[in-house]
Amino acid sequence: MRAYVLRRLAQSALTLLGVSLLVFVVLRVLPGDPAKMLLPDGAPQSAVDELNRQLGLHEPLPVQYAIFIRSVVRGDFGQSFQYRAPALRVVTERIAATAELALAALVLTVAVGVSLGILAAVRRGTRYDYASTVLAVLGQSLPNFWLGIMLILLFGVALRWLPTSGFEGWRHVVLPAVTLAAFPTALVARLTRSSMLEILGRDFVRTGRAKGLAERAVVLRHALRNAAVPVLTVLGLQIGTLLGGAVITESVFAWPGMGKLVVDAIYFRDFPVVQTVLIFSATVFVVINLLVDLLYTVIDPRIRYS
Amino acid sequence: MSARPAARATARPRPGRLSPPALVGGLLLALVVLASLFAPLLVSSDPVKPSFSRRLAPPWGLGGSVAHPVGTDNLGRDILARMLHGGRISLALAAISVVIAGAVGIVVGLVAGSGGERVDAFFMRLADVQLALPVIMLAIAIVAVVGTSPAALVGVLALSGWVLYARTVRANVLTIRRLEYVEAAYTLGASDLRIIVRHILPNTLAPILVIGSSQFATMVLLESGLSFLGMGIQAPRPSWGLMLAEGRDYLSNAWWLATAPGIMISLVVLGANLLGDGLRDLLDPGLG
Repeated sequence: MRAYVLRRLAQSALTLLGVSLLVFVVLRVLPGDPAKMLLPDGAPQSAVDELNRQLGLHEPLPVQYAIFIRSVVRGDFGQSFQYRAPALRVVTERIAATAELALAALVLTVAVGVSLGILAAVRRGTRYDYASTVLAVLGQSLPNFWLGIMLILLFGVALRWLPTSGFEGWRHVVLPAVTLAAFPTALVARLTRSSMLEILGRDFVRTGRAKGLAERAVVLRHALRNAAVPVLTVLGLQIGTLLGGAVITESVFAWPGMGKLVVDAIYFRDFPVVQTVLIFSATVFVVINLLVDLLYTVIDPRIRYS
Repeated sequence: MSARPAARATARPRPGRLSPPALVGGLLLALVVLASLFAPLLVSSDPVKPSFSRRLAPPWGLGGSVAHPVGTDNLGRDILARMLHGGRISLALAAISVVIAGAVGIVVGLVAGSGGERVDAFFMRLADVQLALPVIMLAIAIVAVVGTSPAALVGVLALSGWVLYARTVRANVLTIRRLEYVEAAYTLGASDLRIIVRHILPNTLAPILVIGSSQFATMVLLESGLSFLGMGIQAPRPSWGLMLAEGRDYLSNAWWLATAPGIMISLVVLGANLLGDGLRDLLDPGLG
């Protein structure tokens, strides 16, 4: 187990190093003149020269990359020129809003997705099954920017039930969270259904029923626990979908999080902020998936890593 | 992922035929593709030229005229014409990206699967890196740097899609190489290339088709998402995502502007998803 954890840790570190290399190539090598890119338009030549020296742009690329990594490790992602503050601070100030939205969406995804999946599996072939399948297929097919706009149209403009933008109180989080959760919920519902169907056909489930366990206990305690591992894996991978989906959802609902920040940053060509958000998102994704891997052993004691 | 026992396939109700939902999906997709392809024949209105005298006309049946069945937009352009012409761009970009992503992914998968441990580890770590970055974030960063030309968009979309193919093909190569008849072929002196072309590729075709069909949906979504954010197809060219973004400002007085293009995107994505699911059930029951 310890060897496995160490190996996974090393692998995660390697992945993040790769991410930093990719970000370096995209934002520092592709543009040709990164100093001009990293500075606001019309910056004086002296500032360009100064940044060139600071970034070591006269050095060969590998050395430049080493300098880049060194500052990233120190938490120095450069100055956001849109906000005239360290890029890292600009990004961390927005994390709470995105985390709130992503958590709300994650709760919805697990609650609705897993319930729909269980219902469809237990009532296989009934209208519950068909209804949940249709919902899942729709959830996977409606583009989230359109879904968001349609929700605004229905609940905001026509019915006036819910606010369509802003950030105060639980009412504001409803529409963005539903929008963001639609796709992962559909995915989790379908996966839970197929995973449960497979487990419900196993011998130990039949044994459970034969020895007189209540159906509820069979489904929730025995089958669901066994069906949870693939669902958990997909949930871990969906963190990427949530973070990426937040870019669009936050833009639709003017939600002041990281996603909206990065879109605005691109318009203002605020590349220090863009690189910070990219590296931060990748770190969240890698860490959560590492935790998911380790969580397997807790959920399913049969899994032992060597 | 491959070499599943045949028993699983025979458990399906009607083996060898697409399920009704998959047929519906294929039909939907074909309908939108054909309508977009023949857009110039189907609609006479200009999708780009503004006509301010007929701004924001409602759809036919809701106070609008038959001349503009889905109404007109904020610049008086016929929405149906823009929907169909926009489809040509969105669908073409998605299709080209799927083909390129598939080609790159297949080659990477073959190389990783048969090139030895180090090569394999390199490409699989590369895949991890790609997966760790939210596609849309990486895409907007790249587009912001290299510009929004169609070629750049195809590049970004293809970049987002190769991993799935590479992982699938690699897994298949690793499994198939160990099968007896492939080992026999090696023993008889067949070259690596021959083994790949004759034995591995044909056995990998089914999952590739399945991934390609579902990925077409993802590509359409990604392209319209980028255009929606203003980082894809640029105005005044019609694109579904861009039309949606333009329509957002008119939700309270002209809801059809944002509604219509979304229906097109949803139909295409729904069609491709249903078709992909059906193909998976038909060709590779173990993949789901």
